[in-house]
Amino acid sequence: MSASSASTSSSPGIVSSLITWLFSSIGKKVVVALTGIVLVLFVIGHMLGNLTVFFGRDVINAYAMHLRDLGPLLWLIRLFMLASVAVHIWFTMLLWKENLAAHPQKYAVFAPMKTTIFARTMRLTGLFVLAFIVFHLAHFTLLLVDPGYASYHADLHGREVHDVYRMVIEGFRNPIISLFYIVSLALLAFHLSHGIGSLFQTLGVTDKKMRSYYETGAGILAWVLFAGYISIPVSILIFGLGNGVVK
Amino acid sequence: MTLDAHIPPGPLEKKWTTYKNHAKIISPANKRKFKLIIVGSGLAGAAAAATLGEQGFNIECFCYQDSARRAHSIAAQGGINAAKNYQNDGDSVFRLFYDTIKGGDFRAREANVYRLAEVSASIIDQCVAQGVPFAREYGGLLANRSFGGAQVSRTFYARGQTGQQLLLGTYQALSAQIATGQVKMFPRAEMLDLVLVDGHAKGIVVRDMVTGEIRSHAGDAVLICTGGYGNVFYLSTNAKGCNVTATFRAYKRGALFANPCYTQIHPTCIPVSGEYQSKLTLMSESLRNDGRVWVPKRKEDCSKPPHEIPEDARDYYLERKYPSYGNLAPRDISSRSAKEACDEGRGIGPGGLGVYLDFADAIKRLGRAVVEERYSNLFEMYENITGENAYERPMRIYPAVHYTMGGSWVDYNLMSNVPGLHVLGEANFSDHGANRLGASALMQGLADGYFVIPYTIGNYLAAQFDQRHPQPSDPAFQQTEKEVRERVQRLLDIKGTRSVDSFHRELGLLMWDKCGMARDKAGLEEAIARIPKLREEFWTNVKVLGAGENINQSLEKAGRVADFIEFGDLMCRDALDRNESCGGHFRTEYQTPDGEALRDDENYAHVSAWKYEGEGKEPTRIKEELVFEQVKLATRSYK
Amino acid sequence: MNFTLRVWRQNGPKESGRFEEYPAHDIPSDASFLEMLDIVNEGLIEKSVEPITFDHDCREGICGTCSLTINGIPHGPGRGTTCQLYMRKFSDRDVITVEPFRAAPFPVLRDLTVDRSAFDRIIQAGGFISERCGSAPDANALPIPKTIADLAMDAAACIGCGACAAACPNSSAMLFVSAKTGHLGLLPQGKSEKNRRILKMVRTMDEEGFGNCSNYYACEAVCPAGIPAAFIARLNREYTVASAKETVGAAY
Ligand SMILES: Cc1cc2nc3c(=O)[nH]c(=O)nc-3n(C[C@H](O)[C@H](O)[C@H](O)COP(=O)(O)OP(=O)(O)OC[C@H]3O[C@@H](n4cnc5c(N)ncnc54)[C@H](O)[C@@H]3O)c2cc1C
Ligand code: HEM
Ligand code: HEM
Ligand code: SF4
Ligand code: F3S
Ligand code: FES
Repeated sequence: MSASSASTSSSPGIVSSLITWLFSSIGKKVVVALTGIVLVLFVIGHMLGNLTVFFGRDVINAYAMHLRDLGPLLWLIRLFMLASVAVHIWFTMLLWKENLAAHPQKYAVFAPMKTTIFARTMRLTGLFVLAFIVFHLAHFTLLLVDPGYASYHADLHGREVHDVYRMVIEGFRNPIISLFYIVSLALLAFHLSHGIGSLFQTLGVTDKKMRSYYETGAGILAWVLFAGYISIPVSILIFGLGNGVVK
Repeated sequence: MTLDAHIPPGPLEKKWTTYKNHAKIISPANKRKFKLIIVGSGLAGAAAAATLGEQGFNIECFCYQDSARRAHSIAAQGGINAAKNYQNDGDSVFRLFYDTIKGGDFRAREANVYRLAEVSASIIDQCVAQGVPFAREYGGLLANRSFGGAQVSRTFYARGQTGQQLLLGTYQALSAQIATGQVKMFPRAEMLDLVLVDGHAKGIVVRDMVTGEIRSHAGDAVLICTGGYGNVFYLSTNAKGCNVTATFRAYKRGALFANPCYTQIHPTCIPVSGEYQSKLTLMSESLRNDGRVWVPKRKEDCSKPPHEIPEDARDYYLERKYPSYGNLAPRDISSRSAKEACDEGRGIGPGGLGVYLDFADAIKRLGRAVVEERYSNLFEMYENITGENAYERPMRIYPAVHYTMGGSWVDYNLMSNVPGLHVLGEANFSDHGANRLGASALMQGLADGYFVIPYTIGNYLAAQFDQRHPQPSDPAFQQTEKEVRERVQRLLDIKGTRSVDSFHRELGLLMWDKCGMARDKAGLEEAIARIPKLREEFWTNVKVLGAGENINQSLEKAGRVADFIEFGDLMCRDALDRNESCGGHFRTEYQTPDGEALRDDENYAHVSAWKYEGEGKEPTRIKEELVFEQVKLATRSYK
Repeated sequence: MNFTLRVWRQNGPKESGRFEEYPAHDIPSDASFLEMLDIVNEGLIEKSVEPITFDHDCREGICGTCSLTINGIPHGPGRGTTCQLYMRKFSDRDVITVEPFRAAPFPVLRDLTVDRSAFDRIIQAGGFISERCGSAPDANALPIPKTIADLAMDAAACIGCGACAAACPNSSAMLFVSAKTGHLGLLPQGKSEKNRRILKMVRTMDEEGFGNCSNYYACEAVCPAGIPAAFIARLNREYTVASAKETVGAAY
């Protein structure tokens, strides 16, 4: 049947239709996915960078220094990262709000049906990761947790640089802090074990067959990240990494 | 009162074209002035509403389900016929026409059936354009199968969900019109009466099934597309809500009811397993393409598990009695044979009401894989319902009420004897005679809605310009509304002791025993004697709890059952009056020595249209003689 | 078999509801879940208690009317609809909790019946292929590869029951919507309207108050028609493409 009314005459303005897309259910999801990708990439890169701690003081200090030397570029990156986290969280909160409104009354009997615990706890794990990031920045970047870190200096080929190596070693010698890191990293792994697999579905770059591959892959990556990260506090706390170097 | 079917003049194959060429066309400007009331959103109703809405008429469409998409057409599994001859196996409009007339045991009107065969091809084009995903061959062309014993492959299908896919096509077309505002859809609204203004059908009274509000809807013409009345038997393959109310109310307002006794019993249904059973489930007839039907030769074997019964102790009765058609013998014939076997005490399963449909040979011949590919969904359904695995042990099947050929009498324009009242789809009597061929009802529903009524309705409307458009405030509406309210209130006030269902069950059993697969004078007279008592008790002792002001499913059922009870009486009278056996109507007194239906073309080559004569009076039968110009009446033989 | 039912009773849309407990005695194991409710209702009528209201029609698993959440699962345990659930699936003396489908856009009308007209409005927004009756080209004029036709059929199998939205922790209707956009968008007949259809249907879905898909896959788990969530992925992609085209004013 012909349905004249079912046809929008001319396309609306660029801005308005962009906004419509952005705040549509699917648009919001895609934004979360895209920012999610940025964050994942950061987490991967950051882990690799951190692992240089195993190659000794100079290597990680050099890595940190090179980062610093980026100067304005570094600030651009930081800004971009900050924006990504902010948008990621903002949109997930929007989704959260709508989803609560759409499902006001829960069932008397709870049945998970296929939905994993990781998927169900995305918001909580996410928020916890947020809390972690805040602490972590205060800890190693803003050096608020132990202002003493600021005075750590090391000599790198005749150049005096901030001794990140010592900061990390001493930072993780504190068992409470290490434990907090390990727990947070576990929750991040939770978050990602659903998140990474999920984003392919959100972006529509999957099908019936591929989905299971993506999901296993996501799980593996998430827990590899976990292992990579905690290897640092664990080696320092238990295997005394850096004992020889840092008294 | 004599009936004029208004069949256009000229040779059979020219009639429809001539008719269309001279049909009165209503200008778009005038279409806007008309409002049409369409009751039903099945294939017939939704197709009509969508098409007429698209043409510019204002439509109000009603259904009792919560959505137009759920009409019972959705349950059709097998397929839809069309004389496309895509398989180039010699099919043609004439062949489809002839098969349908013959299948109907020469009790249908030639002109209507020919028109049906003629438009069948366009139906497929229409549906494909709508996006109905019919089965296709690897080349991308449409696939066909041979169905219900037809000797050509003219059946189009979409997995086991043909009816669903066709209905979704019409529902989507309807939705497009609802979006434009041309059609106003009223779901959860049940028609409880027809309103006549100066003898013309000008509206209906409905009950809003959510709020309980009883209100009138007025229009310039009324189209009833409310499906079949198989639920008069309580147990049938129809949906629970299927009812006769719309057409029966129309009957009480003067619209003739034709051939009520023509009911079709489908041979391949899952047998009854207990008296709690609420409905019967059909399994696609396509099963008969590979399954072999049998019962034990000796009563004593019936209790044995099937695999313990040796080949030579089995009676493959269809193959024995109908060598050329075998297991594919037409529905009425296979059903009756099953009943005979069971009546001889050779039935199997609970209550001895069942026969085996055996796939062992098919699995041997084709391999389990092929059988799975063809029927896995049906085998799953069977296992889900019965808990038995049909790959290992033959299916148990038994006939069940499936389709009703009878319905409101309509002429070539699909208009009843009440001016302005049009009846489409299964609700009318027009095209299937005494027995419907498989895959022909979907065809008829869509033909009526898409391709017939859009041309024929103009004939009536053209004369209605100068008429003022009726309003719900008119006295005629007020009066009918009042009667409906009183009737509903009466049901609520009885406050008896028996549930509605218990009455429905009792009626169903009675109808099945006396007016089912086989009928005889004595039985029918007994039924006619018992029904008034049942009716009497219903109106004094039925227990309908609750009020009328919200959803009240007992109240809904009560109204329907009340009509079924009265209608049952009409069915039995028609069956008693027709002293012959034809198609779905088998009178044991009238059979050949070897138990085949014995028609009496001398005295019964006519349509029996029944006229309501008022409370407590016997209805009168009015004949429409059937004149056959093209086909010569032959005994239907499938031996 | 014997069961104890905990059934949600609610007199009307505005009234508040509560659970009532009813015994279900001597239920044949071959009875369907709805037939079990019929038996319970007969008993209630005996006791002059108003019977439990629940939606049903075909009782064959095809019309999509039946809509009960049984022990927290829309349509209950196993694949298939409520009407195709048989009591042998339960064990004797089970306590069975029966609730209506829950989702903000599915308001309860009475007891276990809900209003799913939101789905109809989504279809009205664009869930169709515009064509004019009677003027369609020959059906075989445009061959469609079997693989495409079959995939379209997979999606078209949706019975519109709403279990997906009822099962989704976010009450998202994505599986239903993606099934329809998938079915019509895959077919050549539906291509010309594809983008417009997708935009309109998704926007209507949002307006109706359904939630957002978080890829929980509960919908897929309960869908009686076995619609795979892969169609949701397809819709996510196609919706973004359609929006992009709309944004740059490209023909859509
Ligand atoms: C299980 C089964 C399988 C079948 N398989 C096939 C097949 O393979 N091939 C084939 O050709 N045919 C088949 N048939 C027959 C065919 O499906 C029907 O005859 C046909 O679909 C009827 O369509 P309809 O539009 O006339 O009525 P329906 O589809 O029954 O529609 C009736 C409409 O009227 C409405 N209605 C009814 N009463 C009222 C009332 N009082 N007030 C308001 N609205 C009302 C209903 O809500 C509904 O919308 C099958 C039938 C059954 C039961
Ligand atoms: C390093 C930090 C983070 C990373 C790497 C990350 C990564 C991801 C990824 C990849 C997704 C999947 C998106 C999709 O399903 O398409 C996701 C989803 C999500 N993230 Fe994060 N995230 C991080 C931090 C956070 C934070 C701080 C929150 C705070 C609330 C959060 C909340 C969520 C939520 C709720 C989702 C699910 C969105 C949905 O599917 O509805 N995330 N995240
Ligand atoms: C064992 C785990 C981790 C270690 C040892 C670690 C170490 C560090 C160090 C040493 C710095 C400061 C670099 C510098 O000052 O030059 C830093 C910065 C940072 N870390 Fe981590 N980190 C860990 C985990 C994480 C995780 C899981 C996240 C994110 C979810 C994260 C996010 C950041 C961010 C955002 C910064 C700021 C980068 C910048 O200064 O721009 N870190 N981390
Ligand atoms: S997608 Fe499945 S669950 Fe959702 S409405 Fe369709 S059939 Fe029901
Ligand atoms: S359960 Fe809900 S979150 Fe998405 S995958 Fe299904 S709609
Ligand atoms: S009642 Fe029709 S699907 Fe269950």
